[in-house]
Amino acid sequence: MSAPAIAGTNARPAARGRSRLGDRLLKAYVWLILAWLFVPIAVMVVFGFNDTRSKSNVTWQGFTLRWWGRLDEYPQMIESVVNSLQVAALVTLITTVIGTLLGLALGRYRFRGQGATNLAMFAAIASPEIVMGASLLSLFISAGVKTGFATVVVAHVLFSLSFVAITVRARVIGLDRSIEEAARDLGASTWTTFWRITFPMILPGVVAGALLAFALSIDDFVITQFTNGALQTFPLWIFGATRNGVPPQVNIVGTLIFAVGVAIAVINSVTARRRT
Amino acid sequence: MKRLTPYLLILPGGLWLAIFLVVPMVFMASVSLQEGDSLNGFVQTFNVGIYGDVLAQYRTQFLRSAGYGLIGTLIAVVLAYPMAYWIAFKGGERKSTYLLLVLLPFFVSFVLRTVSWKFLLADDGMVLAPLKSAGLLPDDFHVLQTTTAVVGGLVYNYLPFMILPIYVALERVDPKVIEAAQDLYAARRQAFTRIVLPLSLPGVFAGVLMTFVPMTADYVNASILGGPDNTMIGNIIQVEYLTNGDYPTAAALSFALMAAMLIGIFAYARALGTENVLEAAAR
Amino acid sequence: MDPRTNPAFLRGMTQSRSVTRRDALRLGGLSAAGLALAACGVEGKRVAPPARDAVAEYWASKRKNGTLRFANWPLYIDKDGKRYPSLEMFTADTGIKVTYQEAIQDVGTFFGKVQPLLAAGNDIGYDLMVLTNGFQLNRAIALGYLVPLDHSKLPNFAANASSAVKDPAWDPNNTHTIPWTVGVTGIAYNPKYVDKVTSMADLWNPRYKGKIGMMLDTQEAANFGMFALGIDPDASTEADWKKAGAKLKEQRDAGLVRKYYENDYVDALARGDIWITMAWSGDIFQQVAEGKDLRFVVPEEGGTIWTDNMCIPKTAQNPVDALTLMDYVYQPKIATMLVEYINYITPVTATRELVLADADKATGEKKASLKQIAESPLIFPSEADMAKLRSYKTLTTAQEKVFQDIFQPITQG
Repeated sequence: MSAPAIAGTNARPAARGRSRLGDRLLKAYVWLILAWLFVPIAVMVVFGFNDTRSKSNVTWQGFTLRWWGRLDEYPQMIESVVNSLQVAALVTLITTVIGTLLGLALGRYRFRGQGATNLAMFAAIASPEIVMGASLLSLFISAGVKTGFATVVVAHVLFSLSFVAITVRARVIGLDRSIEEAARDLGASTWTTFWRITFPMILPGVVAGALLAFALSIDDFVITQFTNGALQTFPLWIFGATRNGVPPQVNIVGTLIFAVGVAIAVINSVTARRRT
Repeated sequence: MKRLTPYLLILPGGLWLAIFLVVPMVFMASVSLQEGDSLNGFVQTFNVGIYGDVLAQYRTQFLRSAGYGLIGTLIAVVLAYPMAYWIAFKGGERKSTYLLLVLLPFFVSFVLRTVSWKFLLADDGMVLAPLKSAGLLPDDFHVLQTTTAVVGGLVYNYLPFMILPIYVALERVDPKVIEAAQDLYAARRQAFTRIVLPLSLPGVFAGVLMTFVPMTADYVNASILGGPDNTMIGNIIQVEYLTNGDYPTAAALSFALMAAMLIGIFAYARALGTENVLEAAAR
Repeated sequence: MDPRTNPAFLRGMTQSRSVTRRDALRLGGLSAAGLALAACGVEGKRVAPPARDAVAEYWASKRKNGTLRFANWPLYIDKDGKRYPSLEMFTADTGIKVTYQEAIQDVGTFFGKVQPLLAAGNDIGYDLMVLTNGFQLNRAIALGYLVPLDHSKLPNFAANASSAVKDPAWDPNNTHTIPWTVGVTGIAYNPKYVDKVTSMADLWNPRYKGKIGMMLDTQEAANFGMFALGIDPDASTEADWKKAGAKLKEQRDAGLVRKYYENDYVDALARGDIWITMAWSGDIFQQVAEGKDLRFVVPEEGGTIWTDNMCIPKTAQNPVDALTLMDYVYQPKIATMLVEYINYITPVTATRELVLADADKATGEKKASLKQIAESPLIFPSEADMAKLRSYKTLTTAQEKVFQDIFQPITQG
């Protein structure tokens, strides 16, 4: 902490004490907000263990693990989770590929239509979900396209594309081109240069983008509600189930998804530290 | 070939955006001008009057949504800024851990989180019951089905969208700049308001953009936590599309919402003169 | 997790963008051109209903296939862990295997999904579905989406169904539908906070301000608005609807209604968020069976009776198998199995005796709960109660729009 040392001639002991109290209050504030953010999660996890006898899961009646063994009692729920995963996997694949290409183009080259592309990407991020979902539904209705798995994938790719492109672009812009130039000087073709030099360098950005696309797709509710047709995804199923009472099995599946997300994030952050 | 490279690269992505973002907007605008019903079909009549009709009929919900969005965004800025500040400047080595902690709750489905809040905020639930029996709150006090619950839900669900951009902008501020200011006898508060705050504005702008828009257009929070007087324009759009099948009205409402947002955003950007600030921040 | 919170992404976002006004205008110009070209409407979907001999012709070519895909509501069939005893008996007796899916969470959403498929003549994934009578079912019948039933194959229905469910106004002679269960909408209340309720007026009682629940569904709310004014929904006219609308609006403007609920009113009532509410008989019975102290009453002005109806979509792959199940569940012994679990009103009259017989044979907790079912007016309503009940008013498309314009702003606006 060099600041106080250098400014030592300036800071009075009282001011320093006051600033330390300020720091401590601020830290307490941060923890307070974090606690607030976690409260409903804790509730969700805990009530997955509720030994409830009634059809609704609202009062605590004791601890049990039995719901963990009865996940298959709601085949619709399992099916919706499977649907969500299938959609997310396909969406991640498509979005990563075309998003990376987009990010490369935008980060590297200047070309006509760059502004329009940027604008379109900006629109995709800034548009409210309901407008995007509604406009897609209008398109599908007008074109006579049956809503279902395909339309959901289309919609999900749409809103996650910009995120991937921008992430990759950010990575591409910061890239050191001298290595590529060196490879080219040594006689490597454009394709080889790309695959063996550029791509590995932008890979962290691509992976980050892929993870973003996957996470977005799994959790999406609004756009999916408009474009899903007969396909049920997990967030949609939960919303429907809230009408009839959410069974503990839902809490458990939510907890499992949460745990997986946590694992991914932890791995990501650990490897990130090792990368930088 | 070299000159074509960028065009080939953007071809799949650009095409996707063109077909599924731009074209649907056009179709939606087209649908909004049609008339009819789902039983007998819709016919294009260029019924521009529908915009006047829906804006008049749903004026309350439009204004309410904008109001919730504005209040929610303001609260989010106030709550998020100190948090982002502390993590950026005092987080030290554990910065990414704190960020992770901020994001962790959002691995749980948005719907599940909101439903959990509904459970927590019940009249005689885990939060209110003890307060009531301790006499701190009147017995008929309730949180659910009030504006507070809905705005609270909005702030809760979109807070990270405010914390993260501000954090990113603050993190880029070189601590040496603050040191320099203090060398020049600036008090802590001055260093903050005249150096740090302006530098963080692009982050605040991005944060405001990414919270105001989704908050205003949200309907899930109002649906789960709100009462009859909390209906937002998103709820109306959803009902018109999915329950009534009144596509022209629904499309007109969506388009009007979108237009209002865009005008608001550009006006806000112009007011802040953000173009310049963004350029400076990018350096 | 939302990528809008990812630092890498955000850094990318806050970098300068070369978005100029010219680009925006260019895009806008293209869009306007597209708009002019997009002067296309959406095809209408009305289809003439099938002629009498078409019915026979339809069934003549259909054979039993041995499989059946059945879509129903959650908690609407007897369940033992993962097994469905009644369906197992069905398979044992007929050899038809049933794929059962609880695909219907609410009529509007489900119908919204299957309507485009039926309009295009595509298979919806089910051969048998259960739809509540109301707007969507009327529309399905009007658009010819449902297969007309072959009543010669429904002897159990003819013999055992109660007269209350035969030949409803919205499907004369049960041409397309026969009920799965019957339900009643009345008033439920918590005796801890509310004195004995006998009249609809209690839903407008200022003493319960902010603790009253009403239903979101416009048909439900409209009926109650009409009952409160002494109007018979069956005979109601547009003028009556306007009056009922005014009465409901008065209730809302006075701040009496806490929320317009779908089926989440049960939780709210059980938790004490509301003290008195519009409610469905089966939901309240289940709460009482679980030990909650709640009461259900059909007010003196009237209550609503509705049916959840089995029907066959016109693109069904296995209509004969569907028809077989439809008749199978009208055997008293099967109907008894269903009513003992579903706890709504059964369309088969003879079940009460059979439930009592089961109660005699059972012991302990099961015996008590079966007796509770047999003796409950919520499952076996009295003649007096039945006389007070009215269905939803059957509306034409034109009337539907008027109706919705009156009531939707009140419950959903």
